[in-house]
Amino acid sequence: MSLLRESLQEVHNRLAKKEITSVDLVTESLKRIGEVDGDVRAFLLVDEEGALKRAKELDEKYSKEGTRGILASLPVGIKDNICTEGLTTTCGSQLLSNYQPVYNATVVEKLHNADAISIGKMNMDEFAMGSSNENSSFYPVHNPWDLSTVPGGSSGGSAAAVAAGEVYFALGSDTGGSIRQPAAFTGTVGLKPTYGLISRYGLVAFASSLDQIGPLTKNVEDSAYVLQAIAGHDQYDSTSANVEVPDYLSALTGDVKGLRVGVPKEMMGEGIDPKVKALIQRSLSTLESLGATIEEVSLPHSEYAVATYYLIAPAEASSNLARFDGVRYGVRKYGENLIDLYHETRSQGFGPEVKRRIMLGTYALSSGYYDAYYKKAQQVRTLIAQDFEQLFAKYDVIIGPTTPTTAFKLNERIDDPMTMYANDMCTIPANLAGLPGISVPCGLSDGLPVGLQIIGKPFAEATLLRVAHAFEQATDRLPEPKLGGGRA
Amino acid sequence: MSKYETVIGLEVHVELHTKSKIFCGCSTTFGVAPNIQTCPICLGHPGVLPVLNREAVNFAIKAAMALNCEIATHSKFDRKNYFYPDCPKAYQISQFDQPIGENGWLDIEVDGARKRIGITRLHLEEDAGKLTHDGDATLVDFNRVGMPLVEIVSEPDLRSPAEAKAYLEKIKSIIQYTGVSDVKLEEGSLRCDANISLRLFGQDEFGTKTELKNLNSFRNVERALQYEEVRQAKDLDDGKRIIQQTLRWNEETNEVKVMRSKEQAHDYRYFPEPDLVSLVISDEWKEEIRSSIPELPDSRKARYIKDWGLSSYDADQLTGTRNVADYFEQTVQAGADAKMAANWITGDLMGYLNSNNVEIHQSKITPTLLAGMTDLLQKGTISSKIAKTVFKEMIETGKEAAKIVEEKGLVQISDEGAIRSEVVKVIQANPQSIDDFKNGKDRALGFLVGQVMKATKGKANPQMVNEMIREELSKL
Repeated sequence: MSLLRESLQEVHNRLAKKEITSVDLVTESLKRIGEVDGDVRAFLLVDEEGALKRAKELDEKYSKEGTRGILASLPVGIKDNICTEGLTTTCGSQLLSNYQPVYNATVVEKLHNADAISIGKMNMDEFAMGSSNENSSFYPVHNPWDLSTVPGGSSGGSAAAVAAGEVYFALGSDTGGSIRQPAAFTGTVGLKPTYGLISRYGLVAFASSLDQIGPLTKNVEDSAYVLQAIAGHDQYDSTSANVEVPDYLSALTGDVKGLRVGVPKEMMGEGIDPKVKALIQRSLSTLESLGATIEEVSLPHSEYAVATYYLIAPAEASSNLARFDGVRYGVRKYGENLIDLYHETRSQGFGPEVKRRIMLGTYALSSGYYDAYYKKAQQVRTLIAQDFEQLFAKYDVIIGPTTPTTAFKLNERIDDPMTMYANDMCTIPANLAGLPGISVPCGLSDGLPVGLQIIGKPFAEATLLRVAHAFEQATDRLPEPKLGGGRA
Repeated sequence: MSKYETVIGLEVHVELHTKSKIFCGCSTTFGVAPNIQTCPICLGHPGVLPVLNREAVNFAIKAAMALNCEIATHSKFDRKNYFYPDCPKAYQISQFDQPIGENGWLDIEVDGARKRIGITRLHLEEDAGKLTHDGDATLVDFNRVGMPLVEIVSEPDLRSPAEAKAYLEKIKSIIQYTGVSDVKLEEGSLRCDANISLRLFGQDEFGTKTELKNLNSFRNVERALQYEEVRQAKDLDDGKRIIQQTLRWNEETNEVKVMRSKEQAHDYRYFPEPDLVSLVISDEWKEEIRSSIPELPDSRKARYIKDWGLSSYDADQLTGTRNVADYFEQTVQAGADAKMAANWITGDLMGYLNSNNVEIHQSKITPTLLAGMTDLLQKGTISSKIAKTVFKEMIETGKEAAKIVEEKGLVQISDEGAIRSEVVKVIQANPQSIDDFKNGKDRALGFLVGQVMKATKGKANPQMVNEMIREELSKL
């Protein structure tokens, strides 16, 4: 088995025993990227030189001092909407294809302080807008399980790289399911923390009230380790919560006896692929056999979640993306005058999905329409949050499928935005309510992974990880993807 | 008199004098090289987030309280979206529907008449960058972007350009007292836009308004409004409709130029700023700030008139800025007679400070020194004429009045014998004046007094000289 298939704890032990070095790990990762990324295309940038240099420094450092942290020396991938100082950060957009941030995102600082090694920047849907990674303005990512299918999005590069064993873990961002949905499609573990648990400073904003950074990992324990390293209040993010970060590792007890599970009928009904549904039901039985109680519940307003999301997120995006005008950074296109320059830069720099959402959001906020769209959507958002609040009075977690289907084919839905948007129906409600959600693999359907989504109370990541971990321990581990199926 | 009533409302922007910008740690020093007080946050780089400077909120609350506003308990920030090179995020973080302060007022006095002007709201926002147009090119200075700013919107209660000017002066004075801004029009820390419309006297509804921009001095505010008042009246007389538009005042040509019409007005697409949490202003917080507000000009003025018998004019002069008022009060506290102190401060001292461009608190004459001088004057040790000489010396050197008087031998002669002997000498030397005096020519008396003063090098007590000359003449 490749070193890259080992858990963080396993490889950490090898490093501690000096069986391997940081350089070995980086070399292994670079080798794997060289072998498979021509097919997967998970990376937008591989920082070979920087990663090797850092690995040597770390080997030097740890040859002197003893104990290293759990993330030390591990090559990791950073989604390309997370700012890395001096390392091109494109957000998957032509407009920022030359943009080098002058600062590190808080999460990047934290990973660097833990001595993790950024090996590259991960492919993504442009400005995190998409569910298939086909909206990357550079090239789409391919799902390692079947190269003719999508890896999901928008953190498709991050998920695919973990699934393909190119990195130990990767950071993604989740606005409407962009961590959990690709995790489900690629058989990885994707955690979207509670809004405010992780600093957004340095995450290029898509929809500020929904965006959260989170880890994509091979297993639940790894997820807990990464979360531990990146969670916590940040003075540079006013929306980051001032809460004490618990010890997530100690939560992984394997014990779910007495756990009260609510399963929303809205996430198990129309639009959910029967094979996906069957795997979810099997997973619920597993949890039941571990001592959990399972009950059907309702989230009555969840049917409006997708519509609500597609007003709020584009509205915020229309404002957040307005700064990309070609004046101070990014790719500038020539214009006869100021307005032309703005117009040309943005017309040529943004792809069709980004433009669609900017138009939608601008419309929703415009005078005369604000009340009917944006304000109404905010009111529905409150109702959706209240639905969850009521359920959490009686249930510890809400469980259902992460996605209605398994990974679909490349080009299958790209011309049908409504079907594409509907793919996020199970993940969007947690973003609207600011709740944590995790996707864990729960089996294969026709050779493609299916994800089980667990949603918890605000800041109940420890509970999510405990449940996900217990479930993972009680189920068969997925085989490694064979990187077959041929490129689409 | 015109048949039209003028209706004016002002939007005043005041830059708050905090140490750092409103959403980042950059310095706010004025006058440094362009674009050096910037960082990724105020430059709106991808991924950055604003963090609210609490001191800016304190200052805004303080200003709002000083303007008699009700202070919000729940306030929040909103994004005002627009594309322009002065705004690197393409939105300004401002306040839309929950401003820090609402329903305030201030009093103005024009031609002796006092009038209360309503203040609709005061909100906190970030400043934009400064654009300098240079021929074909436009230069941007982002030092100013992110400076904390309050916008103060008046009710349409002003009825003349003179009232508008008085309102603006009053805002400047009140804000200056609170210490939250240096309120300098010339440095742009105080800025003003004006809305003006006309209507027939007796008419209830407002006429169509125009908005005037670029009013960068008190004089320009008044002149631009006077210009627009005349222009609108003429158009209305000619049967033309007033077009709602934004006009730019050109101080060189004394004319307005159309910037944009209503149809070109922006849709700013305001929505709540998701990167900031809402602001809860507790009663304790409010009280803490309220207790830090000094006594304001109106109250001080009333006190000076009531307690110290000053004229309204002098009290106005003394309360215009906090430094002058403080200086005055300190002088009185140091023992000076209030009226005498007022006269010296509004007269010789201000005259000197203005012509030498010195701030009163930097003056070499401290309140204690000034009180020392008025004390000598009051005791009759020096005459008011000599006091002028002493004052000049004091302001150049900062020496005590008593010391100057002693060094230069300037003590007033109040010795009756000494003065009388000079008076007798002068009368004997000027027989013609005696005749003139007897023939009822009062000028003769003045001449004789002058001669005595000359003989005593100005040191004789003028009042005593006057009395003795009359006595001696009546003996003849």
